[in-house]
Parts: sequence; C-alpha cells; structure tokens
Amino acid sequence: MSDPTRPHPHPEEDQAEKQTAGATGISRRGFLKGAGITAAGTALLDGVQAFSREASGASDAGVTVLGPGPVPVRLRINGKEQTLQIEPRTTLADALRIQLGMTGTKVVCDRGACSGCTVWLDKMPVNSCMTLAVDAMGHEVITIEGLSAEGALHPLQTAFVKHDAMQCGFCTPGMVMSCAALLEKNPHPTEQDVRHAIAGNLCRCGTYPKIFAATVEAAANVRRA
Amino acid sequence: MEGIMATHANEDSLLQEAAPASDGKSDKKTVTMPIGVPGYTLHDEQREVPTAEPPVWPINKELKYVGKPLERLDGLAKVTGRARYTADVQLPGMLYAKFVNASVPHAKVVSIDTSAAESHPGVRGVHVIESVMGGAVLRDPSLEKTKYPVVRYAGQPVAAVAATTPYAAEEAAALVKVQYENIPFVVDLDKARAANAPLVFPGAADQAGTAGGGGGPHNVPQTGNVHGPSIKRVADVEQGFRDAEVVVEARYVTQVQTHSALETHGVVADWKPEMLTVWASTQGTASVREELAGFFNIPMSQVRVITEYMGGGFGAKFGAGNPGVVAAALSKKTGVPVRLMLDRREEHLSVGNRPSSDQMLRIGAKKDGIISAIHLVSYGTAGCGTGAGCAGPATNLYKYASLQTEENDVFTNAGPGAAMRAPGHPQGAFALEQTIDELAVKLNMDPIDLRDKIDEHPVRRVERQVVRESALWKSRNATAGADRGPVKRGVGLAQSVWYRFVTMESAAEVRVHKDGSIEVLSAVQDIGSGIRTVMAQILAEQFGVTPDKITVRVGDTNYPVGPNSGGSVTTLSLTPAVRDAAWQASQKFLEEVAPALGATAGDLELVDGEVRSKSGKMQPVSFKRAAGKMKTDQITAQCKRVPDYDKSKYLTYGGIDVAEVEVDTELGRVHVKRVLSVHDCGRPMNPAQVISQINGGIIQGISFTLFENRLLDPDYGLMVNPNLEQYKIAGSRETPDIQVQLVEAYIGQSSTDASGIGEAAGVVSIGAAIGNAVYNAIGVRVRQTPMTPAVVLSALNQPAQGRNLA
Repeated sequence: MSDPTRPHPHPEEDQAEKQTAGATGISRRGFLKGAGITAAGTALLDGVQAFSREASGASDAGVTVLGPGPVPVRLRINGKEQTLQIEPRTTLADALRIQLGMTGTKVVCDRGACSGCTVWLDKMPVNSCMTLAVDAMGHEVITIEGLSAEGALHPLQTAFVKHDAMQCGFCTPGMVMSCAALLEKNPHPTEQDVRHAIAGNLCRCGTYPKIFAATVEAAANVRRA
Repeated sequence: MEGIMATHANEDSLLQEAAPASDGKSDKKTVTMPIGVPGYTLHDEQREVPTAEPPVWPINKELKYVGKPLERLDGLAKVTGRARYTADVQLPGMLYAKFVNASVPHAKVVSIDTSAAESHPGVRGVHVIESVMGGAVLRDPSLEKTKYPVVRYAGQPVAAVAATTPYAAEEAAALVKVQYENIPFVVDLDKARAANAPLVFPGAADQAGTAGGGGGPHNVPQTGNVHGPSIKRVADVEQGFRDAEVVVEARYVTQVQTHSALETHGVVADWKPEMLTVWASTQGTASVREELAGFFNIPMSQVRVITEYMGGGFGAKFGAGNPGVVAAALSKKTGVPVRLMLDRREEHLSVGNRPSSDQMLRIGAKKDGIISAIHLVSYGTAGCGTGAGCAGPATNLYKYASLQTEENDVFTNAGPGAAMRAPGHPQGAFALEQTIDELAVKLNMDPIDLRDKIDEHPVRRVERQVVRESALWKSRNATAGADRGPVKRGVGLAQSVWYRFVTMESAAEVRVHKDGSIEVLSAVQDIGSGIRTVMAQILAEQFGVTPDKITVRVGDTNYPVGPNSGGSVTTLSLTPAVRDAAWQASQKFLEEVAPALGATAGDLELVDGEVRSKSGKMQPVSFKRAAGKMKTDQITAQCKRVPDYDKSKYLTYGGIDVAEVEVDTELGRVHVKRVLSVHDCGRPMNPAQVISQINGGIIQGISFTLFENRLLDPDYGLMVNPNLEQYKIAGSRETPDIQVQLVEAYIGQSSTDASGIGEAAGVVSIGAAIGNAVYNAIGVRVRQTPMTPAVVLSALNQPAQGRNLA
C-alpha cells in the first residue's frame, strides 16, 4: 500500500478514508505514508510538498521524498507562525516539546493509547505523539499553552483547580485539552458525555470523579460568559 | 527507614528512631490534647511533650486554614502546562540517552560490541553497564563470576548510548550488538516452584527494601527458586484449629500489577567537577542523593537532586536506579548534561511491579465468631527480586488466639518487584476479607456484626457504624444471589489496615523577610498528594495570613532534609517540623518587633494578616508593616521532627470500602457501580486532597481487581502487553460513583497530629469489597484477580468446587 504506483486494492476504503480526511483534515493513511515517505494525493500533503520542495527534489514517479535529514516545516501554533528545521519523522509532540520547548504537552505512552499528548488541530483533539509535525502544516495547532488568551484562564482550567481535579498533574494538560474540546462541540455536557470524551485519557492517580464535576461546572460557566 | 514490612514484629523496630537523649525531665511539659473522633469518641488526654513544642491545636473545626479544602497551591501551574517535570527539563547542550535492553530473559552476556553505535554521527557517549541495580543479589557473589551482570529478565538494561537527539539515540542503541549465552529460564510461578525448575539464581539471594518498603526477609532458607518461608507464629495454631468450631479455608490468587506512573522513571544528570546536579522523577530526593553519592563515591554535599514536579510513583520511584547512575556516568563521560527517561515498555519491564500472590488461607473460629486460629501460606513472585509477602492484613486486622503465617518469594525471570501502594496489603486483604465474609456466612452472622466482635480498632468501629447507617449498605440484600435475571446486583464491604511510620529525617526552615513575605523550605517532594499546599496552610495558620502569601519551596536537596514519600509518611512526618519551625519563627518575629510596636511579645498575636494585642493595649498593625520593624532582614527557624508524643499508642489506621457491583452472568462482566469509602486519616490537613487520594486508591484498586495483568509469554519470557492499550487500566468509563467519608481521628502524637492516607486510601480493601459484592450478587466466590469475564464465567460454572481456581 505504500507503493503509489500500484493500483489501490480497496477503492471503497480509499473513498471512506477520503471522506474521513475531508471531515477532519487528517487521514490515518496520510499518517502512515508520512512515516518516512510523504506521497502526493491529498491537499494537506500537497501543502507539505510545496513548502519543502526546496529541500527535496520530486522523483520520477511523482513522489516527493523528504528527509531523512531536516527539512523546513512551517507550523501555526497558538496563533503564531513558527518555522522549524526538523527531520520529517519528527512527531508533533516532539516538535513542540523538544524544538519549541513547549513542554506543557506530555508524552506518556508514545503510541496513541493515553491521550496525555492531546493538542487541537483545527479544534479537533488529536494525539500529538501519533501526528507527524509535517502533517500539522496548514492546520491551526492549539496546545495547553495557547488554550487561554494571554493572562486569562479558560473556565475549565479554573474549574479544575477549584475541584482539585488533579494530583500529580502529568495527565492534566491532556485532560484539559480533551475536556475543552468537548465544550467546543457540546456546551451542555452531562457527566456521561465527559466520561465518553475522556475515555481515551489515562490518569493513574484516579482524578476522574473530580474531572467530571469540574467539566460539567465549567460548561455552565462558559454558557454564562 | 529501611523498609515497610507487613507484620507487627518488624513494624515496631521501624516505627521510629529512639528519641534523642533527654537532658532531663525538665524539658518536658504536660499538655491536654483532643483525642478520638468528633461526634463519636472525642475526649481529652494528657501528653508529655517537649517544652519547645507549640501550643496544642484544637480540632479542625476551630482552625482557619488547616483542615480546610483549600485549592492546590500548584494547581494553576498544572492546568496551564507550566509545571516543569523531569521529563520537561532541557539544558543547553543536553544529550538524550537510551538504554540497550536484554532481548532474552536469562543469559550470560558474552560480549558487547559498541563500535557501530559509536560511529553513528549523533552519538556522543556509550556506556556499558557493569553493575546493575535492582533485584536480589547473591549471598555468595563468588557463585557467579562474569564480566557483565547476568541477564535475569528480558528488558534488563545492558548498555546505554547518549546522542544529540532522541531519534539518534534510539537508532544508535539498536546498533549495539550484544552476544548472549542463553540460560534456561522460567517465568511462571508454579513452574518456578517445581523441583527441577531452571534456577533464576545459582544460590540464595536477597533483596534490600527501599524507602518505600518492599524488599523481603534476609534470614530465610532458599530451596531452588523458593526464597522462604518467612514464618511468624503467635501461640499454637494447631491447637487453635482444634479449638475451632467452624473452619473456612480457600486458595486465592492475584496477578502481577505494574505501577504505570504516567511520567516514566528518569533523570537529567549534569556532572560538573564540583557538583553533580540531577533532576529526578522520584519519591525521594534524599534517596536519590544517597544512592548517587554512594555509587560514585562522592560527598553527599556535592550531589544536588531536584524534583520540582513528578508524574506519579506509587512506590516504585526511590533511589537513583539504573537510569540515575547511567545518566550520571554518561554526563561525566561526555561533559554535558544527559537526559535518560525510560520509554513505556521499559517502565513496565524494569522498574518494579506489585508481586503476585498464591495464598492458602485457613481461619478457625468459635460459633460466636471469635477467631481461634489463622494460618496463611503464601507464595508470590517479585520476579528476580523479593517482597511478595502479604501477611500484613491477616496479622494486623483482627484479634486471634493463634496465628501462623508462612510467606515465600518465588524467583522468576521477570523484572524485580518494588514497593507498590500498601505493599502486600491489597493481595492479603483480598484473601482475608473474603474469608472473613465466608466465615460470617457460615456462622449465619451479619458481616458487620462479626467484625464488631473481632476487630477492636476504635476508629474502624466508628467507621462500621457509618457504613451500617449508609443507604448503600442498607440497600444490600442479605441473601446472596437473590436477584432474578442475568444481571445481578450485589453489595459487599471490606476493611483495611495500614501503619503509622514516622521518618525522623524530616526538617523544614521558615524565613520571614523584612517586607513581610514568608517562605518555607524542605527537600521533600510533592508527588501529587499535595504536601506543598499543606505546608502553606500550616504557615498561614501560624502567621495569620492567607496561604497564597506563603512561598513554598520543595523538591531540592539544597533545602533541609525531607522525608522520602513512601508508606504514607510524608504528611505525618514533615508537618510537625514545619509547624514547629513556623511557631518558632513567629515567636522570634514577635519578640523582634514588639519593642518597636510599644508592646511585649507575650501580648501579641498574629491574626487575619495583622499583629494584634491580646489585651487591646495596641491598635492592630498589618503584618507587613510590623515586619518593616524587624531589626534584621530575615528571621529564620529550622526544625526537625520531634518523636511522636506517645509511641505506645495508635499505631495503625484503617478504613472500610463498600462496593456495589453488577455481574452479568451471561457475559461474565463485573461492573462496579458505586463505592462508599469511609476512611481514617487522623487530622485531615486538606480534605480535598485527602479525598483525591482516596478516589485514586479506589480506582487503582478496581483496576487491579478487574483489569490489570502483566502477561509474560512462557515460551519466550517476554512481556506481551508492555504498553497502555493491552495492559488494561481502569479509565473514565470504569470509574464508579465514589462517595468518600473522612473520619477525623485525633491521636495526640505531634504538633499537627497529622496522619497519612496514601496506602490506606481504598486500595487495600476495595478488591475484597468487590469480591464480597460479587458473592452477594451471584452466590459464588471469585477468588482470583483480575476478575475477567473468563474468570467469572468459570467460577459460575464450577460453583461446587470452592477451592478450585478458574
């Protein structure tokens, strides 16, 4: 499947994948292809190519090979344009944490099982450990550092503190990002909605009950504001 | 503190160090302290205390900041991502290190070829491990003469590389070629006990405990892989069974659980000729410093350990360990800071776990419930370490005429166990508390009535009363398996025990500055239980200012020594030192400013941000203004922990968990719907934080009882689920509705009279409470964890064979 010159064996899957990609801007296959070789085919990846053509030449088969050395990648993070020189295999989590020193985003399982590294791409929560930085190009990245406007706190952050919805705090940024994303979509969440929204967020200290309470209360505060 | 053991015999010697030699009786005074549970047993008792001790605090209701659910001081830093953990530390020129781990479970290392790794362009340093930390060590080291440490489990670190990026380090680690000479291995507990089993060690081996407990007994026999038994006897258990009118007996089995803290073990080490500075994800800055100074033979004064924030430990994070010493060695070698954080697989494999247990428990009783005999024989594996003993609950919960416990560790080729939240107790209580319930059924007694008869603990007595009156307990159907239909509801309870350990190495310094600002310093680390906030509350109470005015500095060995946070010691050990220092600093402060205010120190008090005259002779002055009258720039007081006031009393804590479950008898699924957790935590310093910890204990305990399981492949000796998706941990959807009821219990032991909660918090008793609730639901005992659908269905299909496991 990684060879774009061969016919795709499952066109119906491809169609479904495109629809998913259309809805979210990111496709699972796009991620897989991006792991070392980024192939043309989606608007997103075209964007990558356009920007990094200077770093890597197009091959005969119409495939642009990036890397393995560093390539320039332009990201929009918390409303600010950032240009990084990174290896194409760099995950968004590592780009944030290591290249940009934005360590609020945590890496816990490093394989998409715990949501500790949750950031938003165009307001959709994603695991930044499973997202290549190059795949975040053309999208608005919001991290825990950029969730609230300068100096102000997101009502959810206030509610987390008020309800003591944390212990060691290592899962907290991911929890806040997942719960805040829920509030963006659903201003009237029930406790069940919160449970569902953070079903993929792992907390080893067991702060869930207070996260449920904090999020439901924050929603009410957001509505009032 | 050497370690936390499971029995009274060991406990006494560990509880406290001897009091310092007294200069005479004159340095003591008699005070009256509140004792007991408000609303139930509160009364006054006299205590002899050192003269320098501050005035006795009343119960929480009468205090302003202590005992109140104040917001966590570092809450804002945590919700905004500003809190800097070890994993977040970045220093100029810092290298990223990565372990090379053994790919086989048991082998001699023939050779290690690092040449390819060294020529990787990103690599700056390579380290071959010649002395591995963790696990048991041979009593006779000459039995094994090898150049490199013998590999005793897959995942044991063998070497490490340091490179300019994490990706380069990962690539280079894969280039290190290790040649192994395989040795037969065993990972299964039953097979390891067999006479002809492959031997994990060529001779007897023992493991030391850590500041968090764990480890195991040293002076016990070893036969093959079986290290033990470690035997404890009280009276004659055979006679006890002859005296019994009823006997209950069953086998219980629990699995290996890994700590799975979200922040993995790791350090950033910066070796300079004059100072080794280490940022460590640890439960004990003191323990890391001690181990590094010892390992490298450098003065403790030249090792600094910093833990500003840490992402969970649960007992496994003490000492420098392999990551600490290897990172320091690589930093020394390369001349730049080195970061070594484990990955998730390594975290599961190499830095600790809760040992398994296989227990035969037999209890004999009279018809009125009085216990005549308890006999426990347990086996468990802590991999290539020891510490699987689980006799604590059987030994310490109930009164009995006779007792015999025989604890055995069984070595297997798996990562060494480590202390994990109430070591041995969830396992032991799972068996004991189900057996006590079974006894109640056999005696046709109510489970609370039976416990009232055999449990003398004054606080648990109150707790049982609370449970008895609760709606949840009243909703229990006394007849097991009474529900019709495939999904059956049940309610069960279980009790817990933990001990009062005091770490005398607990000190704090309080500084009052001329501008009225106040700070408090201690090397103690805040592992998420909230000591930072509690310290601010104590100073606020003493100085009459709001807690946000207090600057708390913790997690740095440059400050006065702090306790290692294990065994529920932190709050009860440190807070008296904090209060004593705050009290002394406040007295010095009043003495210094009194003349300038035209008053005498004895007539002044600190209330609501002001210095006030008790007699009304002086108009109140703001604390800040009064501080301006200080003759010096800074007033300081440093205090170390004073021994408990009355060491003969109140040595254990207890709680009760009540669980409501639904058991789907067609699918075998157990769902915990509601939990009522009634817990003794002495004087709760910050109830919100205490409740957070109990919630956590409950959820971790549910996770242990129903889901978590470290699975090793018997054919290859590898862990098959070293991640966080196949190693199942309870999440938001498995979290029940938890109601926590704190039972304030004053015991008059220190200037704060604080206690600990980390271990007792739910995790000890919830497993057995679920077991008893499942029995109440379906009328069948499930004696094995995790209670997966397969286990439950199997138990349902063999109800007649109570002793057989699924």
